Amino acid sequence: MKRYFQVVWAVLWKDLRIELRTKDVFTSMAVFAALALLIFNFAFELRIPDKSMVVPGVLWVTIAFAGVLGLGRAFISEKDRGSLAGLLLAPVDRSAIYFGKMLASLIFILVVEAFILPLIVVFFNVPLITAPLLLILLLGTIGFAAVGTIFSALAVNTRAREVLLPVLLFPVLLPLLIAGIRTTIGLLEGQSLAEHANWLQLIVFFDILFLVVAFLTFDYVVEE
Amino acid sequence: MKSSRSLLVLNTVAAVAILIAVYLALVQAPEATNVVEEIRPAQRIIYFHVPSAWISMVAFFVTFIASILYLRTNNVRWDIWAYSAAEIGIGFTIAATVSGSIWAKPAWNTWWTWDPRLTTYTIVLLLFIAYFMLRGAIDEPGRRARFAAVYGIFAFLSVPLTFMSIRWWNTIHPVIIDPSAEFGLGPGMSTAFFFSLFAFTILFVDLLANRIMVAWDEERVAALREALTAN
Repeated sequence: MKRYFQVVWAVLWKDLRIELRTKDVFTSMAVFAALALLIFNFAFELRIPDKSMVVPGVLWVTIAFAGVLGLGRAFISEKDRGSLAGLLLAPVDRSAIYFGKMLASLIFILVVEAFILPLIVVFFNVPLITAPLLLILLLGTIGFAAVGTIFSALAVNTRAREVLLPVLLFPVLLPLLIAGIRTTIGLLEGQSLAEHANWLQLIVFFDILFLVVAFLTFDYVVEE
Repeated sequence: MKSSRSLLVLNTVAAVAILIAVYLALVQAPEATNVVEEIRPAQRIIYFHVPSAWISMVAFFVTFIASILYLRTNNVRWDIWAYSAAEIGIGFTIAATVSGSIWAKPAWNTWWTWDPRLTTYTIVLLLFIAYFMLRGAIDEPGRRARFAAVYGIFAFLSVPLTFMSIRWWNTIHPVIIDPSAEFGLGPGMSTAFFFSLFAFTILFVDLLANRIMVAWDEERVAALREALTAN
């Protein structure tokens, strides 16, 4: 068991170190997210009485689009450098590789979220940074990274590659986005997290279900 | 060719069952009395709309089970089952969505609402389309089957969650099987309704059997072509 976590950590640390050196993924995700916020701002500016009304949707859509950009890179860079084959040759449980990659993607998306939350507060003048909201974001991002990482491994081995990833990912991700948006609406209207317990359960159930399914099926995705 | 003979029997049974279902639905079933005059003819869509929706879910479930079996056994038979059922599922999902939309115009006075079931079926359609896009983007048969199976499992499991989340969001769809609801079916109507469900199920089995036969032929042709080009 200890060895399993060592492998997870090794894969995670490898990805983090690459990112710290190149900053490829973070830069493109963050700039993309900032641009998306800017476009949303103009898209809604004169059409609605109060810009803060669209914040829940803007928040989750921006995260989903920026996140899919980063997830696409998770396996493409490995594949292009030929390092994926090396990773798979290692005599370790492959699900440990999945969890390492998944945690790396999770951290990348969380960092981008930490970057765009203050931007939304500034652009849309909404007090977004509260403990319940951060909890929902974290739980939602876990499910996002869980499904996104395995689908990224699927997409990288196809002809279409990153074009295919959003098409595969978004319909499966929909319940997560709906739950996240709905809870964010409620929290911004001043309701407590307890009033949204069913949504919270849905998100947690989604996370656990798809982490387990990914754990069981990842072997088949990287099998050569 | 014993299998083609039993297929002929199945084809005939399916055709007869569908003809009877059409007769029951359009002629024998009484007018709905609990809805306003103008939408009474439109109400008859229920005999085709609900079975189509039912079959698309059955098809998706077959794809799901066949996908699991494929990953377990690595037997190409289950891959054939999975994509055959998914193909038929696409057809019935479109039928359910379009017929629902046609009914919604007189009943709800709009072609489209973001109702849970309607939206869920749209998502199911998108999942099926994504499934075939994934298949289309992979050349190597073994990998195509494996990847499609993994995606089929994820996609199927997400559907109940999607449905629940949209239902919690809002709903105006009539619940037909719930006896306490005022939208329930009258006596003459339920015969037609349940026969229609039965007939569509037969039709699904028949279409699936035919599709699987064709798929095996395709496999054979592909193997022959490979053998010929190799020499």
